[in-house]
Amino acid sequence: MTITVESTHMEHQQRKWTDYFTFCTDHKVIGIQYLVTSFAFYFIGGAFAEVLRTELATADPDFVTPAMYNQFMTLHGTIMIFLWIVPAGAAFANYLIPLMIGADDMAFPTLNAVAFWLTPPGGILLLLSFFVDGGAAQAGWTSYPPLSLISGVWGQEIWILSVLLVGTSSILGAINFVTTIFKMRIKDMDLHSMPLFCWSMLATSALILLSTPVLAAALVLLSFDLIAGTSFFNPTGGGDPVVYQHMFWFYSHPAVYIMILPFFGLISDVLPVHARKPIFGYRAIAYSSLAISFLGLIVWAHHMFTSGTPGWLRIFFMAATMLIAVPTGIKIFSWCATIWGGKINLNTAMCFGIGFIATFLMGGLTGVMLSSVPFDIHVHDTYFVVGHFHYVLFGGAAMGLFAGFYHWFPKMTGRMINEPLGKAHFILLFIGLNITFLPMHELGLLGMNRRIALYDIEFQPLNQLCTLGAYLLAVSTVPFVINVFLSLVKGEKAGRNPWRAFTLEWQTSSPPAIENFDEEPVLWAGPYDYGTDSEGVNSEENIEDMLAEVGANSK
Amino acid sequence: MQGSAIQQPQGTVPEQSGHHGGHEGHPDHRLFGIALFLVAESSIFLGLFTAYIIYKTIMPVWPPEGTPELELLLPGINTIILVSSSFVMHKGQTAIKKNDVSGLQLWFGITAVMGIIFLVGQMYEYFHLEMGLTTNLFASSFYALTGFHGLHVTFGLLLTLAVLWRSRKPGHYTSESFFGVEAAELYWHFVDVIWIILFILVYLL
Repeated sequence: MTITVESTHMEHQQRKWTDYFTFCTDHKVIGIQYLVTSFAFYFIGGAFAEVLRTELATADPDFVTPAMYNQFMTLHGTIMIFLWIVPAGAAFANYLIPLMIGADDMAFPTLNAVAFWLTPPGGILLLLSFFVDGGAAQAGWTSYPPLSLISGVWGQEIWILSVLLVGTSSILGAINFVTTIFKMRIKDMDLHSMPLFCWSMLATSALILLSTPVLAAALVLLSFDLIAGTSFFNPTGGGDPVVYQHMFWFYSHPAVYIMILPFFGLISDVLPVHARKPIFGYRAIAYSSLAISFLGLIVWAHHMFTSGTPGWLRIFFMAATMLIAVPTGIKIFSWCATIWGGKINLNTAMCFGIGFIATFLMGGLTGVMLSSVPFDIHVHDTYFVVGHFHYVLFGGAAMGLFAGFYHWFPKMTGRMINEPLGKAHFILLFIGLNITFLPMHELGLLGMNRRIALYDIEFQPLNQLCTLGAYLLAVSTVPFVINVFLSLVKGEKAGRNPWRAFTLEWQTSSPPAIENFDEEPVLWAGPYDYGTDSEGVNSEENIEDMLAEVGANSK
Repeated sequence: MQGSAIQQPQGTVPEQSGHHGGHEGHPDHRLFGIALFLVAESSIFLGLFTAYIIYKTIMPVWPPEGTPELELLLPGINTIILVSSSFVMHKGQTAIKKNDVSGLQLWFGITAVMGIIFLVGQMYEYFHLEMGLTTNLFASSFYALTGFHGLHVTFGLLLTLAVLWRSRKPGHYTSESFFGVEAAELYWHFVDVIWIILFILVYLL
């Protein structure tokens, strides 16, 4: 009976596929638009990475010219940061926040659609810059002057315009997320009973609102230098390139948290569901996100230990940077404690969740090493740094992203994912990323510079290993893509709540109807109270009883 | 963004494409959203001001030798005009709270005139300064800061004119429904505060 009602409901109130190509204001459509767009750029940015790794397989520049290498290197970084991982966070936030807090849409639906539709033009512009006079930008994703002022004006100018468009999208999105979280929760849900993903998006949005505009200011001034002939950052005209570095990193250091915090939130929601245990340290995880945001804003100059930063200032930034290990450590230990002794369902989402903890931990530990001034000076601009941030952002953010993707795929599509293909994706990705990025630490310690197409022959064997790993990463996308299409067409019907989860999005149909909920959802327990009854006893029967109580357990 | 935010009179819900999920009609949400937008705007100016302070600190002579001295009289008068206009505009909001639409029109009209005088004054200053955008780092910073602020005044002026235009329609703004008035006022006060900081930083210090 329930199934019949639900299918009739879905027939009448689901979106048409064409809606996904329009200026639609439904947050779920916008979430999917962001997700598909970001994955399109994941494949493009990934293909660029394969070009780079193919070039680096040998010590000679025999695959692409050094100028082309610089262009692919710049666009690989830019695309992966601004057009893949940041929009991917926005995708989940758009899709999940209203559902998780029991709202029928975001606070500003029209603004939401505007924010999304700034992203594709930004990305397309960036790709078209390959074809302008002088080619695409070549100064790396940091675009440090004076290099960015001398390596092709139009490619660089388009790069600036593109980043400004995507940055504006990000700011408009952040305004919407914060307003929605503060103003649209159902009556019974206070801040301390909302899912941790919402907390992580609050922290992320605060960072976006405070830091992204500073990058915009830096880029506008850089644009003046490029086009109008001013010298804000050009030393030949009396300007100071280090001022650009300060402004750039005031955004771009927080940006690493803008990239990772949403996935911290996703993981905090995924792990307890598949371990069938309440989250350990809910408040500690929530507040540590805010602590990370605050500390993230005051540590930017650790990227500039070699830029003439005075010693006393280096000590401050070193200490503040090391301090970030505390809230991050709180999260790691809380996640470990959450799955410790749990009844773990080792499905694809959980595999990625556990993989996330392992690889992010590795990136975090090398981050603590890099925060130390003497060590940083030794390995600055070497492959050690490349290895570090790829563990954090690919090992951490991508693993978290895929954990979230596999977890909410049934909710978004109404179909279950193919588990064997999902696990093949995980295994290839996990092995591939370790083979690619682990040897980079050794290369860096040996002294191989980053951002170069040419290197000493002694580095070739380790580089070939990295390239092999990169090819494995490329192969890992095959089961992923097949899985998505196969499951969309032939996947088992998911039902409302296939994971027997407690957050509100699982109370509605899969995929949710246009209005999200038939009637206002009921907050029947904390988001992670898996099976704990009034006496704190944890059992599967308790979970079923609690789900049955609100009628949310229909499969 | 403000433009879209003030299009709806208070209490109405904009039509959404095929579902009833719109919440942009709720004035409380919209004012909160605008406050967040102004936080982001403040950060842009924070970036520009910080860059200016760093230049001022690290350069051996500031402004560099040969830079014409800035006159204080005109920008001083402009400052008085802009600061006063904030109070004038607030009288408009007070009027609409008493359902006095003609009062709103009067005070917002005066605010718009004061905004135009400010911009004309700034143009006059630009044309009579014997320096250009690329003269030196000080000149570049001066034009970037005051120009960017001028753009904000222009935008605030457009918001004020939009309120005046809409107030012609009977019942558009009432003592119960005046979100557009509040939004324009909040933005105008923001522009005003930024100018005070800018004036102290660039002209007085």
